[in-house]
Amino acid sequence: MQRIGVFVCHCGTNIAATVDVKTVAETLGHEAGVVISQDYQYMCSESGQNLVKNAIKEHNLTGIVICSCSPRMHENTFRKAAAAAGLNPYLVEIANIREQCSWIHKDIATATDKAIILGRAAIAKVHLNAPLIAGESPVAKRALVIGGGIAGIQTALDIAEAGFDVDIVEKQPTIGGKMAQIDKTFPTLDCAACILTPKMVEASQNEHITIHSFSEVTDVKGFVGNFTVTIKKKARFVDETKCTGCGLCTEKCPMKKVPNEFNMGLDNRSAVYIPFAQAVPKVATIDPNYCMMLKTGKCGVCSKVCSVGAIDYKQQDRFIEEKYGAIVVATGFNPINLDKYDEFAYNQCPDVVTSLELERLMNAAGPNGGTLLRPSDKTHPHTIVFVQCVGSRCDDSKGKPYCSKICCMYTAKHAMLIREKYPDTEVYVFYIDVRTPGKNFDEFYRRAVEQYNVHYIKGMVGKVTPKSDGKIDVQASDLLANEQLHINADMVVLAAAIEPDKTARPLATMLTTQMDTNDFFTEAHPKLRPVESATAGIFLSGACQGPKDIPETVAQASAAAAKAIGLLCKNSITCNPCVAHSDELMCNGCSSCEKVCPYGAITYIDKEFRMPDRTTKVRRVASVNPAVCQGCGACTVACPSGAMDLNGFSNSQIMAEVDAICK
Amino acid sequence: METFTYYPGCTLRTKAKDLDVYARSSAQALGIKLEEPADWQCCGGAYTTAKDEIATKLSAVRTLNAAKELGRPLVTVCSACHNVIKQTNYDISNDEDMAAKVNNYLGLAEPYSGETTVYHYLELLRDVIGFDELAKKVTNPLKGKKIAAYYGCLLLRPSKAMAMDDPENPTIMENFIKAIGAEPVIYAQRNECCGGYITLEDKSQAAKRSNAVMNSAKDQGADMVITACPLCLYNLKKNSEVDLPVYYFTELLAEALGLKEASNE
Repeated sequence: MQRIGVFVCHCGTNIAATVDVKTVAETLGHEAGVVISQDYQYMCSESGQNLVKNAIKEHNLTGIVICSCSPRMHENTFRKAAAAAGLNPYLVEIANIREQCSWIHKDIATATDKAIILGRAAIAKVHLNAPLIAGESPVAKRALVIGGGIAGIQTALDIAEAGFDVDIVEKQPTIGGKMAQIDKTFPTLDCAACILTPKMVEASQNEHITIHSFSEVTDVKGFVGNFTVTIKKKARFVDETKCTGCGLCTEKCPMKKVPNEFNMGLDNRSAVYIPFAQAVPKVATIDPNYCMMLKTGKCGVCSKVCSVGAIDYKQQDRFIEEKYGAIVVATGFNPINLDKYDEFAYNQCPDVVTSLELERLMNAAGPNGGTLLRPSDKTHPHTIVFVQCVGSRCDDSKGKPYCSKICCMYTAKHAMLIREKYPDTEVYVFYIDVRTPGKNFDEFYRRAVEQYNVHYIKGMVGKVTPKSDGKIDVQASDLLANEQLHINADMVVLAAAIEPDKTARPLATMLTTQMDTNDFFTEAHPKLRPVESATAGIFLSGACQGPKDIPETVAQASAAAAKAIGLLCKNSITCNPCVAHSDELMCNGCSSCEKVCPYGAITYIDKEFRMPDRTTKVRRVASVNPAVCQGCGACTVACPSGAMDLNGFSNSQIMAEVDAICK
Repeated sequence: METFTYYPGCTLRTKAKDLDVYARSSAQALGIKLEEPADWQCCGGAYTTAKDEIATKLSAVRTLNAAKELGRPLVTVCSACHNVIKQTNYDISNDEDMAAKVNNYLGLAEPYSGETTVYHYLELLRDVIGFDELAKKVTNPLKGKKIAAYYGCLLLRPSKAMAMDDPENPTIMENFIKAIGAEPVIYAQRNECCGGYITLEDKSQAAKRSNAVMNSAKDQGADMVITACPLCLYNLKKNSEVDLPVYYFTELLAEALGLKEASNE
């Protein structure tokens, strides 16, 4: 006979304000098998847990039901408490009467009835719970960082510092990411390259770090502690081990008309190229879309001038497979495409640029050697208009609903730098709100206004009209003065919204981790687990999780590293025992389960069975690898013969819950 | 020869005959038969934009239903008619409440619920004939002409209902201009308002808008402006002081197909 304990939590007023907890505890106390039913203000607190532990010992309980918050929140807490009192932790069931009841109902009578029903369902289930023993699996002592921007570099350096091997996979020919393109950083105005490039060099020289540049992750298998990852090393047509980065090939290459991505297409590079002088690894890459040798078989100049014989026109994409214990996602962001915002004439006029383009125009290593010149005629601009929130905070379908967070600060930086370097300029900034929370941020913005006389105007630009005399008419509203303005500008700078990199979504699918509607990776808990994904062993670093500036990105990168190190330090981790298993006598070998399994945990084996008439027969049956199974339950639903079942969530348990709810 | 139901609208019978005549002759030359439904009436004009009013939408629904009964897509050419008919069709398809009211009022043999496909003549050229095919049939390419396409507001917006092109960065008229052998001129004011009906109340306001459009086109080096809208043509011609000819796009289409003498003003 089962001896079940029921514990109803008030969660302060979170539950108790809408659910009559005393009635719930009393009513559930009358259910069959229940020997004790209690309520308490905070069941998760130490005294609450002691209440549960004491009841288990005192009443010799065989199963407990906690009516509280979501199992995602505290199932583990109560499982540990049960284990401490000598009860198998898988004999604990949670009835979620907070998120699924008190928080969504207003009427006390309705909410109380529903809480009782949810409690009954949990009691019905716990009657059928069986004790489960969690196994252990080893942890591969190596981490993978996907993305080699400042987030990925910082995470890798921190993990390496702790003594673990770490690989960085970067899709571009060099690490460095967006920060390498930035001229100066707010709020201190120190040079981005001066603080980033030493870190890039440190990463390349660290004995624990391997950089796979010009590479992409193409497949991820396994689970926390035991990921098997396939990495595609894209053909760069240059032998990385031989190339010395001398750059002679890039000088001699006759194909010089390739838009230079690093300078945002504002100038050209050659078909064989090194993205920038401080690139890591400093190795040339041949662009097959432009190389005459690869396209027509006629040229071969780079191969002739290369003194170490590094050029290899026959190089193919290579795939390597590695084992990792932890994976950190650091895929970063991009500015949005501005095709849908042509009221700002971005596609019509070369002097309408994005802020990232302006970074290159002002950078000493940029197309103009650091002198700000209009892209159209290389003249000095006198009147410059900045437009903020281009595509950010948009409630329509063409933009992003969120604030891109970094634009107010970099626009203040740009405006200030231009005014400082060129005192003959007039600089206007159109804004919806100026958002500058952060250490020394508002002071920085006020300096732009007060010390550098940047004209900040609250209002949005409605229309940008390029004119044949080279000037640009900017029509805008000044909301505070209630006026329509026309500014005769020389340049317009658009603070384009930022969005996650396009590779993030397919990667999320490979990693079976979650994203929000904007394709930012979702953290396991928005407050308490901000650098972990909901999938164990996958961590988040930088702007792939949400818009971030450099200080925040670096902070999160180190936090993600700390979490990954915490995992890599363990020799083994406890597996989830709630995995699927197949009743071989019922399995008809149809392969339905194999097809739906997202983890590749199911294989088919030929097995000999003894038949009733004492003969034997070989049948094809499903076999689950418990180390790979994640317990999602897809196979149990797909199985037409009912052979597949899930530990802890068996078909009979779920039907018992449904029966209890429908009674 | 493929047949389409063709809705000219009132203005094309009076002020905007050129828009109509050359649309028909060009369609014929391109192997498309345009057939008017019997007893068509006014599209409903500008009044249909009132959201809660069904009476003003009824005539548009009658036209749509006539096309449905004939079992053919409906082709329009006037921007204003197209806007009214396409928006009404969108509302009928997406607003059950409105569809019910309209059908209760009209008492059609079979209720109308947005079945008719509506093409603007430009969409007919792009999606049914194809600009590449059109280019092949051009006998008199308008080489060297720099043409500014004027969209105005009615052709593209509201973009969800009109679903013709990107309202901020449209390409359909520019691609049409390329297809007839001329060079499109991109200018910032091409999708801004011409002044519209305000010309009836205050000519100076309409002049302000029309001048902004025409100046912008001329400034970018256009030889001429083309439009699909009779009201835009009126405003750009009569209310702007800029010396730049304005034609209906169908006039140049007919010219390129060798059906019309060169336009000279």
